[in-house]
Amino acid sequence: MDPLMPPPVRRIQVDRDPFVAPPRAATNGAVATAVATPPRPTRSPSAHVRERMRIESVWLAYGENWVVRDVSLPVRQGEVLAMIGASGSGKTTLLRSLNRLTEITAGAARAGQITLDGQDIHELEVNDLRRRVTMVFQQPNPFPMSIFDNVAYALAERSGRGRRRRRSPQIERAVSEALHRAGLYDEVSGDLERSALRLSGGQQQRLCIARSLAAEPEVLLLDEPCSALDPISTATIEELIVSLRDSVAIVIVTHNLQQAFRVADHVAFMHLGELVEYGTSEQVFDHPAMERTRDYISGAFG
Amino acid sequence: MSAAGLAPAGLAQSPPPGTAIARAPRERTSSWPLADRIGYVLCWTVGIGLCLIALAIVLFMFFKGIAYLRPSLFVQSPAPSAVQSQSGGFLDPIEGTLIVAVLGIAIAAPVGIALGTWLAEYGRPRALARSVESAIEIIAGAPSVVLALFGLLIFDKGFLGFLSQSAAGGGVYGRSFFAAGAVMAVLALPLIVASTREALTRLPDHLREASHALGRTRVTTIRRVLLPAIRADLATGMTLGIGRIIGDTAIITILLGTFLDLEPVGHAPLYGTLRGTGSTLTSYIFANSPAGEGSAPQKAYAAAFLLLLVVLALNGIVTWLSGGSDVPRDGRLSRAFRLIPYMPDMSR
Repeated sequence: MDPLMPPPVRRIQVDRDPFVAPPRAATNGAVATAVATPPRPTRSPSAHVRERMRIESVWLAYGENWVVRDVSLPVRQGEVLAMIGASGSGKTTLLRSLNRLTEITAGAARAGQITLDGQDIHELEVNDLRRRVTMVFQQPNPFPMSIFDNVAYALAERSGRGRRRRRSPQIERAVSEALHRAGLYDEVSGDLERSALRLSGGQQQRLCIARSLAAEPEVLLLDEPCSALDPISTATIEELIVSLRDSVAIVIVTHNLQQAFRVADHVAFMHLGELVEYGTSEQVFDHPAMERTRDYISGAFG
Repeated sequence: MSAAGLAPAGLAQSPPPGTAIARAPRERTSSWPLADRIGYVLCWTVGIGLCLIALAIVLFMFFKGIAYLRPSLFVQSPAPSAVQSQSGGFLDPIEGTLIVAVLGIAIAAPVGIALGTWLAEYGRPRALARSVESAIEIIAGAPSVVLALFGLLIFDKGFLGFLSQSAAGGGVYGRSFFAAGAVMAVLALPLIVASTREALTRLPDHLREASHALGRTRVTTIRRVLLPAIRADLATGMTLGIGRIIGDTAIITILLGTFLDLEPVGHAPLYGTLRGTGSTLTSYIFANSPAGEGSAPQKAYAAAFLLLLVVLALNGIVTWLSGGSDVPRDGRLSRAFRLIPYMPDMSR
């Protein structure tokens, strides 16, 4: 390995075959030296990849300003889709449109079609959609209540009402399962009644992921989930993302190219609202087809 | 993870003894321009002056009050007598204060919290929201004696006779605990609306987004996330409202009649009392003070002392509530400003 190359932050321990990624051929000198990504532990592709969402010729605008232009993408369960691009490239807007959070902003307009399991998401009841397509934000934003209540809040209302509902065995089971899936259970199981705001930043973010998973979504949207976290918390969450991809389709927006390289199976590069390139992680990072992609991942802009 | 957790064991906690430690010297005003120094002295003078005035009031009321405060005052009803020793105590005014405060806040709290929430979370149509805001500012600015007169106009209408005493000829007295409590609610409303609205506006938007992103409706978000998050502010608003209610005199003297003891109407236990007239500590003080009938100034001092104690206790509760919230809050100064009874916001 090149001694000048930064060491990997932390290797992601996932099921993988004893196979080391071949050193990248220096066919394109500029790219090969500039992309400062450590070799990724190759993962075996997920056994059952299936399409959950489809974005078809989608245009999105705030007022008169079209920030997403004619983007088409599939979102599949069993793999992680990373959206990369400079600030203002429209990737967050596209992400937010997947569960219609863009509609909260006044003056938002759209064209094109987004489907979830074959159904147009604009024909679904909006809160049903958002329970099936949940989102984790850039800043960890737990509610100012206990850890338990944070997760229980996301659960669909089931039997009982008020205080009685809170403590039903199903709720308790669902909460601890969500915390397990988010890899947080062992750290917080001692005191679930503690205020969520007392957790560390990384724990808060994993609590937010647990909360999003508690709703048992089909798609999990992550908007730069690690940008406010330290490297160790980041690694934990990246591991978590990879481990979740079989049970839920994951879309992650990130500014961190190494992160995209580490977690994603497919990468979509967006620039000024357009989808410039879409392909497997290896394609986009090792053999980008487009000049702009090459410039971006080699750090020429952004 | 904290830096301490990453540090290897045995790391020095402080420089070795004997090391010269330099600290920045305290800033001296002698280096300041003259205008700054004058301003500095003025700030100190005004600040200390204000403290002295507050201290004087408390001490004066303390010594005047404590000298005349007797346990018997708390259990005797006021009696009409020119002789001070036979004029009874202030049991009824204490009960009256309690009734008016509970009644007023029971009306003002739900209405005020709902209004404040609507203003902060919906506020549409804009024109209506702006009208509501100015209406609240007008109420906040109106002298309570004006509110009281207006209340009298309303409550002596025939169809509201069930809320006060009605004479055989169809005349309605219009003065009762119901009437006073309702108008007191109007008095307390702006405080509750303001504290609710400001607290909700201060909550970061990402809380709302997080809730929406989990498929929760706006109403659920408000009920289960936003309002619980501002519990302390709601309590602060209500406490300020109670303070305002128990300190008001004009509404009581106009809308609660002139007798110092409770005068129930009819025989229904609670309803009769609420329909009837009575007094509160403020009207008791007014009636007994040298400024009023002047028959029992000593008892007025004792009651005033009690009232002051209650208001100070309420202020203490507000300060305590403002500090004890889970949500990150603004600095101590703006918290102190929120103790000032509601003022129309000049910044907009």
